[in-house]
Amino acid sequence: MTLRSPCFLAAICVVALAASLPAFADPASDQQIIHVLNRIAFGPTPADVAHVKEIGIDRYIDEQLHPDKIAESPALTERLVGLDTLKLNPVELFKEYGPILPIMNGGVKPTPEEQKARRQRARIIVQQAQDAHIWRALHSRRQLQEVMVDFWYNHFNIFAGKGLDHLWVGRFEADAIRPYALGHFHDLLLATAHSPAMLFYLDNQLNTAPGSPGAKGNQTGINENYAREIMELHTLGVDGGYTQDDVIALARILTGWGLARPGLGRGDGSAQVFDESRHDVTPKNFLGRTIEPAGEAEGVEAIGMLAASPATAHHIAFELAQYFVADNPPQALVDRLAQRFHATDGDVAAVLKTLLTSREFRDSAGQKYKTPYQYVVSAARVAGVEVNNPRPLIGTMARLGEPLYYCQTPDGYKNTEDAWLSPDATTLRIGFATGLGRGALPLKNPRPAPPAAPAVMATPQLVADRHEPQPPPKPEPLDAAPLQALLGPTLGDNTRSAVAAAPDNLKAALILGSPDFMRR
Amino acid sequence: MNRRDLLGMAGGVALAPLLGPVWAARADEAPQRLVVVMLRGAVDGLNVVVPYGEQAYYDARPTIAIQKPGADNGALPLDGHFALHPALAALLPLWNDGKLAFIHAAGSPDPSRSHFDAQQFIENGTPGHATTPDGWMNRVLAALPGPRTPTDALSVGPTLPFILKGSVAVANLPLGPKAAQPMAIDQPQVASAFDKLYAGNDRQSLAYRQGREARTELIADMSTEEQMADAGAPPADALPAMADHLAGLMTKDRHLRLAFVSLGGWDTHVNQGNHAGQLANRLKPLGDGLAELAQKLGPDWNDTVIVVISEFGRTVHENGNAGTDHGHGNVIWVLGGKVNGGKIYGEWPGLATAQLYQGRDLAVTTDYRHPLAQILERHMRLNNAAMAKIFPGMPAPRGNLGQILAA
Repeated sequence: MTLRSPCFLAAICVVALAASLPAFADPASDQQIIHVLNRIAFGPTPADVAHVKEIGIDRYIDEQLHPDKIAESPALTERLVGLDTLKLNPVELFKEYGPILPIMNGGVKPTPEEQKARRQRARIIVQQAQDAHIWRALHSRRQLQEVMVDFWYNHFNIFAGKGLDHLWVGRFEADAIRPYALGHFHDLLLATAHSPAMLFYLDNQLNTAPGSPGAKGNQTGINENYAREIMELHTLGVDGGYTQDDVIALARILTGWGLARPGLGRGDGSAQVFDESRHDVTPKNFLGRTIEPAGEAEGVEAIGMLAASPATAHHIAFELAQYFVADNPPQALVDRLAQRFHATDGDVAAVLKTLLTSREFRDSAGQKYKTPYQYVVSAARVAGVEVNNPRPLIGTMARLGEPLYYCQTPDGYKNTEDAWLSPDATTLRIGFATGLGRGALPLKNPRPAPPAAPAVMATPQLVADRHEPQPPPKPEPLDAAPLQALLGPTLGDNTRSAVAAAPDNLKAALILGSPDFMRR
Repeated sequence: MNRRDLLGMAGGVALAPLLGPVWAARADEAPQRLVVVMLRGAVDGLNVVVPYGEQAYYDARPTIAIQKPGADNGALPLDGHFALHPALAALLPLWNDGKLAFIHAAGSPDPSRSHFDAQQFIENGTPGHATTPDGWMNRVLAALPGPRTPTDALSVGPTLPFILKGSVAVANLPLGPKAAQPMAIDQPQVASAFDKLYAGNDRQSLAYRQGREARTELIADMSTEEQMADAGAPPADALPAMADHLAGLMTKDRHLRLAFVSLGGWDTHVNQGNHAGQLANRLKPLGDGLAELAQKLGPDWNDTVIVVISEFGRTVHENGNAGTDHGHGNVIWVLGGKVNGGKIYGEWPGLATAQLYQGRDLAVTTDYRHPLAQILERHMRLNNAAMAKIFPGMPAPRGNLGQILAA
């Protein structure tokens, strides 16, 4: 970590001495306000700093913990209204943009060219989901909710490059993640288990009891994929005390949790369905308990067991502390969060309240290295530029190894310094900061048409390459003075003197590309 | 002097002038190289090197088995018992030439079927011990004699994998299209302003200077022609394009000793296909890319060993969705000019139910570290003391693995 100004360290010491005071001093210092905005928002903006100054840090935290009570920005709402695929439910998305099936085509088999054209048309869905995601991160007044969407999306990661998931990643985020981001973990877990995106991504849609009446075609037996990952990644954790027998038992419990055939859904727009005819109807022994045959209710019971397990509480507590406090979070904090999680039946807002008002959180300013996503979004926010076209931001994230919705593996993107600090990434971040500082990125341009390269199995490089450069705008360099005024308290001495010595046209680039700004 | 001293000493001054003489001193040596290709997601080794001599293989895989040599779309015969996936036809000349070997039923002694734990245990070189703080390739780098330069070790891609994490700084570069496109940092005015910002000895400053130096070298090592060609369309598949650049860097950059590439997309739980399909579509560019790398290395092929490894194998039986679930033993590939190839190494445990690990998976009879250790000793010329640091606690081999590398 770079050295911070002595007054900052002094402020921490003074607060640390007063053990019984609230977590943050009142009135809060500029450094404390920026620290809080760096963690529970995607970095400071002049308006947010003014708002927190006005109401105080503790009230700001309370406000952010209850996003439903925050009126959303009308400008953001207006931008989102223009994204028409966001309004379609999973079944409509499949009918409108999914592969053409003979049953939907008057019994006629479509030509490969027709399927290809269809696939190309479908690219608009991921593009609109990405744009919406970035605009929310930039402009939502419910910043903590969007931060938690980032956290939970990676916890329950879906890869848009797998099969039909390009149709459903946006819906997954909107239906299974955002509504529960600050709610109860059990609801979140169940919503993800029911989501068509997850059923497809981790293959449970095909998971079938061998010899069951519905077993046929490529659905003739057990598939362990989801059963393993829901325990390893979503709930108990890899050392959470389950065995290979438990993986198989849970897979059998979840047989028949699948996707509706076209036209056969529940009629509620969800593509998810429980197919009794493929379900294993024998009793199962799962985590030491006998699960009696009860159809879909077995899976709901098992998910309830997983959500309520102390191992899950500990696993989620560790991940939250790592995301919000430090790569190696203090054990005492993790233990307190796990207790709170357990005591409140997984009330995420309650756990976060404990976390955000802890001394460990207060004293951890600058300990986290921003992920590519956090870096790019926080730079665009603090720069205050108008982003009509989020493509340059999304492309930069991809080049940095974090293409939005394209993490291939179910563990999602990490948020640690070890994962993201590398020589090449540093060079690329500086290139982005220089482009942003010089006003050379086409952010103000109208949004381009959907890109022309295939969306299947995209590598980060391919995703990055898909966003072809546009005609360069007339550069409007950023004014460094307000940036310096806002971020000044968090810039180290070396950065301040390097900025002072630099030519005027590079000062903003240096602030945004400084080692200090890459931390939060 | 090790690399940390070098970087520490350099402090705020530009490093390039300091490194000039170092390159010159080593330019005439023929460096021994090791390239590790990691297939993340667990490739189905039983369909890569197919035990076609065992009926149990065909019994376990009614729809996804690769047919016997001679059948339509059949596997390519390697010996009387094993045959190669037909999508890897590009590698057959290397096998016939004795430059490609396989070690079957190899893997980690740790039983984890978690991708992430198992990858960690391949990368940290200490199966079962998750807390090892560095990767074994970084420990190899630390053990190699001689002064260090920015591209002694290279990781392909925008992030640094655990296998190369550790006390010695390592460069990473995206290879393939657009890698050499101009960037702001190539402009002297921009570079000099940022040099002042990243003049410290903290991790971020070290990463910055590494990135600057590696980029300078990359640009210098790529011909104008290559840069022009890359400005166009992206390749259909990642590896052949990366192989081309990697070979270019290795032939021009004499100090590059270690390289690491990882490729994803092997977790074939559903519809993995047989001679054609999902797995075949991933194997084809891999085989083509490796063959291209071998060919383009020219004389340097003689001093290069390429190892292809994956975190674990997949179930012997296909699952209910024409795919395979997480298993145990797998096959390790070894390619290179000095490889005693045309041979399958390791003890084959068999596929009868009683011979399987926990009744479901190919057993591991060769610890993945043993072939690696042999390559490090014989090829990278590391001694016992170094090996004890690279693979601490490695047990003695159960049997005689044989000599994978010519003496």
